Amino acid sequence: MKNLLTLKKYFLKYKTKLFLGIVFILISNSMTVILPILLKDAIDELQRNTTSAILLKYAGLIVGTSIVGGIFRYSIRQTIIVVSREIEYDLRGDFWSHIQKLPLRYFQNNSTGNIMSHATNDINAIRSFIGPAVMYSIDTSIRLLIVVAIMMSMNFSLTIYALLPLPFLSYGVYRVGKLIHEKYVKIQENFSQLTTRAQENFSGIRVIKSFVREENEIKRWRELSKEFLRKNMNLIRIQAMITPILTVITGISIIVVIWIGGGKVINGEMSLGEIAAFVAYLSILIWPVIAFGWVMNIIQQAEASMKRLNKIFSEPYEIDDSEKTDLSIKELKGEIEFNNVSFRYSDNLPKVLNNINLKIPIGSTLAVIGHTGSGKTSLINLIPRLYDVTDGEVKIDGKNVKEIPLDILRTNIAVVQQESFLFSDTVNGNLSYGLRTIDIDKVKEVSRIANFDKDVETFTKGYETMVGERGITFSGGQKQRASLARALAADPKILILDDSFSAVDTQTEERILKNLKEFMKNRTSIIISHRISTVKDADNIIVIHNETIAEQGTHNELVALNGIYADLHYKQLLEKELEELN
Amino acid sequence: MTEKTQEEEILGKAYDSRLMKRLLVYIKPYKKYVILAILLNIFVAAFGPLRPFLTKIAIDDYILNSNYNGLKIIALLLFASLILQAIIQYFLTYYTQYLGQRTLYDIRTQIFEHIQKLALKYFDRTPIGRIVTRATNDVESLNELFSSGIVMVFSDIFIIIWILVFMFSMDIPLSLVTLSVLPVLIYGTFLFRKKVRETYRDVRFHLARLNSYMQEHVTGMSVVQIFRKEKDEFKKFSNINADHRDANIRSIFYYAIFFPTVELLSSIAIALIIWYGGGEVIQGAVKLGDLFAFIQFTEMFFRPIRDLSEKYNILQTSMASSERIFKLLDNQTFIKDPEEPVKLNGVKGDIQFKDVWFAYDDDNYVLKNINFSIKPGEVVAIVGHTGAGKSTLINILTRFYDIRKGSILLDGIDIRQINKKDLRKYISIVLQDVFLFSGTIESNINMDNDEISIEQVISAAKTVGADKFISNLPNKYQEEVKERGATLSVGQKQLISFTRALAYDPKILILDEATSSIDTEAENLIKSAIEKLLIGRTAIVIAHRLSTIQNADKIIVLHKGEIREIGNHQELLAKRGIYYKLYQLQYKDQEIIKTI
Ligand SMILES: Nc1ncnc2c1ncn2[C@@H]1O[C@H](COP(=O)(O)OP(=O)(O)O)[C@@H](O)[C@H]1O
Ligand SMILES: Nc1ncnc2c1ncn2[C@@H]1O[C@H](COP(=O)(O)OP(=O)(O)O)[C@@H](O)[C@H]1O
Ligand SMILES: [Mg+2]
Ligand SMILES: [Mg+2]
Repeated sequence: MKNLLTLKKYFLKYKTKLFLGIVFILISNSMTVILPILLKDAIDELQRNTTSAILLKYAGLIVGTSIVGGIFRYSIRQTIIVVSREIEYDLRGDFWSHIQKLPLRYFQNNSTGNIMSHATNDINAIRSFIGPAVMYSIDTSIRLLIVVAIMMSMNFSLTIYALLPLPFLSYGVYRVGKLIHEKYVKIQENFSQLTTRAQENFSGIRVIKSFVREENEIKRWRELSKEFLRKNMNLIRIQAMITPILTVITGISIIVVIWIGGGKVINGEMSLGEIAAFVAYLSILIWPVIAFGWVMNIIQQAEASMKRLNKIFSEPYEIDDSEKTDLSIKELKGEIEFNNVSFRYSDNLPKVLNNINLKIPIGSTLAVIGHTGSGKTSLINLIPRLYDVTDGEVKIDGKNVKEIPLDILRTNIAVVQQESFLFSDTVNGNLSYGLRTIDIDKVKEVSRIANFDKDVETFTKGYETMVGERGITFSGGQKQRASLARALAADPKILILDDSFSAVDTQTEERILKNLKEFMKNRTSIIISHRISTVKDADNIIVIHNETIAEQGTHNELVALNGIYADLHYKQLLEKELEELN
Repeated sequence: MTEKTQEEEILGKAYDSRLMKRLLVYIKPYKKYVILAILLNIFVAAFGPLRPFLTKIAIDDYILNSNYNGLKIIALLLFASLILQAIIQYFLTYYTQYLGQRTLYDIRTQIFEHIQKLALKYFDRTPIGRIVTRATNDVESLNELFSSGIVMVFSDIFIIIWILVFMFSMDIPLSLVTLSVLPVLIYGTFLFRKKVRETYRDVRFHLARLNSYMQEHVTGMSVVQIFRKEKDEFKKFSNINADHRDANIRSIFYYAIFFPTVELLSSIAIALIIWYGGGEVIQGAVKLGDLFAFIQFTEMFFRPIRDLSEKYNILQTSMASSERIFKLLDNQTFIKDPEEPVKLNGVKGDIQFKDVWFAYDDDNYVLKNINFSIKPGEVVAIVGHTGAGKSTLINILTRFYDIRKGSILLDGIDIRQINKKDLRKYISIVLQDVFLFSGTIESNINMDNDEISIEQVISAAKTVGADKFISNLPNKYQEEVKERGATLSVGQKQLISFTRALAYDPKILILDEATSSIDTEAENLIKSAIEKLLIGRTAIVIAHRLSTIQNADKIIVLHKGEIREIGNHQELLAKRGIYYKLYQLQYKDQEIIKTI
């Protein structure tokens, strides 16, 4: 239960509504318990030769209490269940605001599916606890107390006999509910096995077909499917017991009342009206008793979910402003410096960068070259503090990036990431993402620079076209150019392009680079690329190899060096010749 | 997912009798059992209403007449009926659910079998995730329809009928008075269902929006953080979150109003019984026990009516999924086997391409007028720039796709005259991207084929040089292989893939860029492995190691879908054409190439 204590602050926030809800439960229950008494009196009257007027009075009272009780029953849902939705909202909000601050590392180490399952399943389990579970447990306890007291006052021994089966019912529901949950989890596991198998088979269909293994795959699928069938039947075996058990146990209570109570009527110890009241009370009690066992399960599941959520809530932000932050820094000029920088992703992984020293003057362009996995992306991620260095320091304008307020740092740096990601929003919404206000002229200007304006003209709704599944699906090159435009719109002092032209053809690329030259006049830029044509005009080119800077210089210097760079240069020339050959 | 299917998912689909008929075909094999289940249901439905009837007898005949022994007998009867009902109900539920699950099993395997037959073209065009959904989730959403939907409708209807039978047999006027609330109850329940369905759609819509917002922004969180948009995004999120909350709160209203209303209706019925029935009791027209029984009847109506009102939902959800399932089953993208196939009894390995033209789609010819032949036992290398059509050449040789024009002959027989199964049995392919299945090392080498013994597996592994690293694994050949071989290095995976090809002992061996992603260490191992592999087989090697190409009997140079040069290494180099350029680009300094 200790994890669920986290919810205290949310409960306190809505304490008035919750308190009202409890009052409503009390009132509605007192109405509910009157009905059997009315029934009893009416039937007892009947045996005494009553008048039609008296019967009408009872009929009216029965309907009357039901209306009053109903109004409050309505109000219970409108308070307690509504509060559960409000707390769900608060909890999810807190969850999201926490998630947003977690470092890139967290998102690279946890799958989206995993994070989503916390945001949906776990929060849902907690909401069921707050709403139905809380409502029913309060409702049940109150009702149980009142009803048992009334029944006892009518006839003590019959009450004991009649209620004897109910604790078993409650315990039975609890046990069966638990079993069902366990079996259900097993079924889910099996279902995801089926899904994985299907996924694997369809992705490897080529291999399966070429080795003629279709028959065998079908056989394996049948087996797994049969296993799934078996697991389902395991659950059904138990699930099918619920209704019969409920029927038997509640039925027995009523039989006991009729049999033993009937005997008492014959002996003159009880009236027939009291028997009617007992039967009515039993039907009032049955649902709460069932709910009780059910609630116990919800609480256990909510506790487990809260534990998982608390674990996320305790994830450190890692990268954030701290007491070292120099709040007097309001803008950046863009001079970047790496001092003996080393970096590793975690203590037990080898170094990705080792002892990097580098200076990038304001307004200059640095190009970075290196084979896949050499650490280019890791290097540039250190500048906007997507990761922090392991050793050494990264400085901008002579200040350690850790001292620059994160707001200032990131709004002055624009990164076009290797994997372009656009939101399912309009083109305009996407391109002006980094702008604080939408400015269509600006958007058009950067589109022109990124050579994206011609593309937009072909879309039927122009800049208002939706991007993604619900609109136009961009090609790789369009995505890259849109991401570039988005970065330019943010008017950054430092622009970082991580292999941002890989899907753009060389002519377009050349045009963009020319436009950029103008745009980047007083800004610092870093360009990562695999293509010599992209980097050859940079002020400075570095080649990353074996965790460090292996070659450095201008294009001509590096070609003359006859090393890694020169080899690449030569190969790409040949490739171009082949392309052009018909 | 397109907009249309997304809509369908949220809104559900209208009932369609054509689809329903097709669905019912699946319970045909179990028809006898289904009918039996329905009959039993009709029988067991009588037990519930029977008990108030017995209670009436207990009161009127025994309690009011002070007959304790008679009361005991009725109590025992009540108890017996209860137990009997419970037992029958248990087996009935179990049994109907079993039939439902069997049916789902049948559908699931049918879909999978169908998918196995579909041609690669289908897989090129359809996202894997979508195919997976057909075979899994879509089938699951038919669960309710088959496991409870069809049979339980009868149960619900007959419970109501039985109650009416008992009521009317006891007292007709009192029945009519009591039943006066029934139309309101039925109308109210169906109205409630309708409203709930509407709000549920609304809730689902907002939930989908919330989930897709979160999904999207978890995926693109680095963009949010790089642009420092956390605050703005949080505002957006809060709005969506609030819409979701409000939609839920709106739906609470209907529940809050419905349940008290049902209680009120049952109170009104009780009040009517007391007032009207009580009056009749005074006049001696009705017995006291009847009142007891009728009061109990009023509570029995609700459940079957509620269940019936839910059946529409079940139908709706099953319509959408069944339509998608049938669409897949109707897809006939097959590469057809010939009607009268030529039987192959061993293959020499003579391959001929005659004027072959091929396009994946429309008229974008990827291969144009291809002519060449390979004699049994020859090693032919195919080289060309990326996208030249090298892999395509193999795709059509194994009939993953059928050619547009010309013919391909194996030992002089057109491959379209041969069953795909027979054809592929003689050809093994090693691809650049090794695909490993979850299972064991052994099952990945013999592809789960019992005909290939573990000895053959080990001997193949030894030949290729894979035995060394496999023997060092804790469980050797039984070592678990995770999905996609996640725990193995690229080189190890490649070695397994070579072993797999060898274990099948093919007449024709094809290597498609099979060593391009291998490190130096594994490379030396594989070098000798390849030499051993090639002995005694017809082989086609694509863009392979320089040594293999140099020693090939023939080199075919593909450029933009056409054969541009054919010859051996020396001849082609001397030509100073395309091969010469490719050689400089890809092969000349194969040792230096790895530096970048
Ligand atoms: N999130 C991560 N966690 C652990 N290792 C990583 C992570 N991202 C990258 N690496 C490793 O760091 C090395 C450098 O990667 P990266 O900087 O992405 O290279 P590049 O951008 O040059 O292709 C690679 O070996 C890669 O496997
Ligand atoms: N499944 C496919 N569907 C449509 N086009 C394809 C498919 N596979 C390859 N292509 C296209 O056919 C051409 C030849 O491809 P491929 O045979 O894979 O070349 P190579 O193996 O020589 O690199 C390329 O233009 C490629 O884009
Ligand atoms: Mg990278
Ligand atoms: Mg290829």
